Amino acid sequence: MPACDAEGTGKPLLRQGYAVQGGDFLAGGTVSTRIKDLLKEIGLSPALIRRAAICCYEAEMNVVMYARQGTMTVEIHPRELVIRVEDEGPGIPDVELAMQEGYSTATDFMRSRGFGAGMGLPNIRRNADLLEIESVVGRGTSLRAVIRLV
Amino acid sequence: MVALKHIIDELGLKVYCCRDTLDRPIIGGYSGDLLSDVMAHSHAGEIWITIQTHPNIIAVASLKELGAILLANGRAPLPETLEKAEMERISVLGSPLPAFELAARLSRLF
Repeated sequence: MPACDAEGTGKPLLRQGYAVQGGDFLAGGTVSTRIKDLLKEIGLSPALIRRAAICCYEAEMNVVMYARQGTMTVEIHPRELVIRVEDEGPGIPDVELAMQEGYSTATDFMRSRGFGAGMGLPNIRRNADLLEIESVVGRGTSLRAVIRLV
Repeated sequence: MVALKHIIDELGLKVYCCRDTLDRPIIGGYSGDLLSDVMAHSHAGEIWITIQTHPNIIAVASLKELGAILLANGRAPLPETLEKAEMERISVLGSPLPAFELAARLSRLF
């Protein structure tokens, strides 16, 4: 078994990456559904899969809504599941503010479709054991969510 | 637990999709139109009452393993929503009643 520290930064047992297209609401959620199917195949517990699915969905829809494009990568480590999302987009000027429940910069179009509740990042934080976000305004955002498996 | 077919009969619901998914058991319900709220608070096996009709509701229902989607206020699903529902085997139902009335009638069945 490869060495792995407590935050899933070692070499993963399995890594799978997916492209997410910004603005493609029709496909929104497809990558998360595929990741959920993969985690089911691997045999993770339903409770862990539910938490991972929420993290993936919220992160995927953030790319769809705000970025030009992005990638979502899921890594299985011996003790952790790591979800990484890197996008090319406007970035988040104030990450702390964006993490506050109810804060949203969604457009009227997004709100009319039930997005923009200001619950996306809080939902990820609630379902992940660790959430890190780095963002550069005008370039993009990278997100790393870790869920402990044991 | 209540059979979805029983709910459809009792509430006189329209079935948009999919006829062969109607024998699943429903454990309760959740009502909401904000997708992240539904992601956060709904449970697998529940029937979801909403007025949202676009394809993302299928992704939410599939990821949360909801028992069915019930569209309130006479809303009809978009064609691309039904396509996705067929693919993911999600039951999509409809009623002219508002969400409050649907929730009240549903709760009497549990």
